[in-house]
Amino acid sequence: MAEYRAYLTGVGGQGTLLATKILAEAAIHAGHNALASEVHGMAQRGGVVESTVLIGDIRSPIISDGEADVLLGFEPLETYRAMGKCSEDSVVISNDVPVMPFSVTIGKDEYPDVATLFGFIRKRVRQLNTLDARILALKAGAALSTNIVMIGALARSGVLPVPREAFEEIIRTKTKKRFVETNLKAFDLGFGTL
Amino acid sequence: MHPLLTEETGKKLLLLGNEAIVRGALEAGLAFATTYPGTPSSEIADNFFQIAAESDLYFEYSTNEKVALETAAGAAVCGVRTMCSMKHVGLNVAADPLMTLAYVGVRGGLVIVVADDPSMFSSQNEQDSRIYAGLSNLPMLEPRSAEEAKEMTKEAFDLSEKLELPVLLRTTTRLSHYRGIVTTGALRSPKTNGDFQKDSSRFVTVPSVARVRHKVLLEQAEKAREMACRSSFNTIVGSGPWGIVTSGMANNYVEDAVRDLGIEDKVGFLRLGFTHPFPEDLAEKFIRSAEKILVVEELEPVMENALKVVAQSKGLATPIVGKGPETFSRLYEYEPGKVRDVIARFFGIDYTSCTPIDIKKNPEQARLPMRPPNLCAGCPHRSTYYAVNSVLKEKGVEAVFPTDIGCYTLGVLPPLQVADFLICMGSSVTSAAGISKVTGKKVIAFIGDSTFFHSGITGLINAVHNKHKFILVVLDNGTTAMTGHQPNPGMEITPPGWNKPSISIEAIVRSCGVEQVTVVNPVNLSKTKEAIRQAVASDELSVILAKAPCPLYERRMLGTKPKRKFFVGPECNTDCTECVDTLGCPAMYKNTSPGAETTVTIDEQLCIGCGMCIQICKKIRPKKI
Repeated sequence: MAEYRAYLTGVGGQGTLLATKILAEAAIHAGHNALASEVHGMAQRGGVVESTVLIGDIRSPIISDGEADVLLGFEPLETYRAMGKCSEDSVVISNDVPVMPFSVTIGKDEYPDVATLFGFIRKRVRQLNTLDARILALKAGAALSTNIVMIGALARSGVLPVPREAFEEIIRTKTKKRFVETNLKAFDLGFGTL
Repeated sequence: MHPLLTEETGKKLLLLGNEAIVRGALEAGLAFATTYPGTPSSEIADNFFQIAAESDLYFEYSTNEKVALETAAGAAVCGVRTMCSMKHVGLNVAADPLMTLAYVGVRGGLVIVVADDPSMFSSQNEQDSRIYAGLSNLPMLEPRSAEEAKEMTKEAFDLSEKLELPVLLRTTTRLSHYRGIVTTGALRSPKTNGDFQKDSSRFVTVPSVARVRHKVLLEQAEKAREMACRSSFNTIVGSGPWGIVTSGMANNYVEDAVRDLGIEDKVGFLRLGFTHPFPEDLAEKFIRSAEKILVVEELEPVMENALKVVAQSKGLATPIVGKGPETFSRLYEYEPGKVRDVIARFFGIDYTSCTPIDIKKNPEQARLPMRPPNLCAGCPHRSTYYAVNSVLKEKGVEAVFPTDIGCYTLGVLPPLQVADFLICMGSSVTSAAGISKVTGKKVIAFIGDSTFFHSGITGLINAVHNKHKFILVVLDNGTTAMTGHQPNPGMEITPPGWNKPSISIEAIVRSCGVEQVTVVNPVNLSKTKEAIRQAVASDELSVILAKAPCPLYERRMLGTKPKRKFFVGPECNTDCTECVDTLGCPAMYKNTSPGAETTVTIDEQLCIGCGMCIQICKKIRPKKI
């Protein structure tokens, strides 16, 4: 059986951990073995949140440098920072809406030019897809659904052996009831962008 | 119903390692659980907290790990199945009861879960708790997967009762915080009532008893060693001239590496899960089967040294290699690629791994802004820190800031920078005494409410009694915020159904004998500054209790929403950015564009309306929402 490694990165509060859980549950629902790994703790206070989902006959829950099949970036700077997890064979899907690091908001650092970051990535990986996940989430009804938009975009890329229906089933059964409708719409919008 | 209470057996759940431990404990008939929260162990107890509300399980957040273990020991000697969970440094706090509890033992199964944190994702050190198993002579189990975590937890209770000893179950951050598939077994209904059968010749460790009990412990440890040799968690897998010994999470990296390298038919594994007492006979058999042996274990060379002892005592010269400049480090968490590289090099296998993209080679982007965690918008700790900094600036006083463990440790970052010394829970109060005594400088120490209950009180009594002179600021946000808002004895906003009394920090501080005590709401800047001015002017020990609830906790418990937000008026066009520069509130940001004045904007999405900033600049104004 083939193996797939997905690396997710974003900023505390963006819902990357729920996205991680949905992806792993959807893979299991589709009949695969899956593992996931999260970093808790200090990350909750606006820090970087990284997680992994491993599908297939893999036992290690960590992705070593260069070994991600797909990188799902919730924030452009964090997508770029995590490029060490990718190789020329990787597919990268990234939100293009920056979340300013604190050092930038207080004027100590400059946020890099997003187009330059993406330009660097595009030349080095198999495929880069970018989207404005925030706009699509707002269109679905809640900025908080940005993570589900990203999952929709991941589903559309077809990099992972998880069909659309599996994601939808998990969104229906494992996300909060009052958000299911918004989440399904967010998934749809993410799915339609690429 | 709590998902971990499902009666259905054979159900496949995707669980955190920590959740798997909880399920295992429930399948073993756990009746009594205690903890002090600490990453990466916290989810174990947080699940027990929820489960206790809908089952016969007794659970408590104890004031510290020593208290938690002694409370658990009391239940376990009465024959009740008990679990006590903590992070690695928590076991230092509980080390005193641990060492002698090993002498007296238990009657009901007692499993002590200790969660190590290689790489220090959220800890002050990366000590290896396996050494405590050697120090205490207690059995230790180390799961390699979520499924095994559940099974081992069940086995740990049986083992504990067979040996009448507490059993240590050790995880690492990766095991605790990864998700794997776990198959449910049958739940066992707990025996919640115990009986204390008196036996002073066993349970009262005066020297004459302790001398006897130490001998009993060593005898039990030898029985445990035999059990470890026969345990299904300790196996030799495969065979070949090359030997690899692993335990815990490292197992997974090794298995993936051996498969990636295609050397399955050349390698024999000694896979250990019941790691202490070291299964010497099994190890001897394994050493004899291999030409050379690589030991893969994170942190300290515990198994490596144990294997070398076996080899030496049996006169075996088989090379056994673990830590070393060409092999593995004693530092940090391992990862599969690193393990694969070392295995390939050690056994002389050609292997080229893929080439990662190197962003350091991008000349257009030499430096990236970092993204460290920060105190939240509206955090009352920021207000207290701001007030301290502004009073010291106003008085031209330089101070030393011993700090403590909690969200407020983030005060170390610019622009607040109010943290100078930190070693462990409670060290703010005590180190302040030493620093102030020998430097004669103004010393302002910070401690949170939960940390104060954990280990601040004895230090404060010491400071009063020995006439130490410093300022202690208790940052009381009414919850154990850093680890996920667990309850503590001082909280006033309580979870639904809570029926435990709240204990006043102010009353404790006064009863310790502190004469200068001021209680302030840190969000009220002028009163807070006045309290700090008085404390700075005084030459005595003083305590400022800065009391305001954690806004995240308040919102979670009470559903409170901000009634107002703040905005910066259009007259902010003078290049003044003092608010951002001194407060460091994440809701504020600078607008810079070439040729124009720098202005400040407040992000309405992030502002929670605490009203701190309005007290430092007249150009900031409220807006009802």
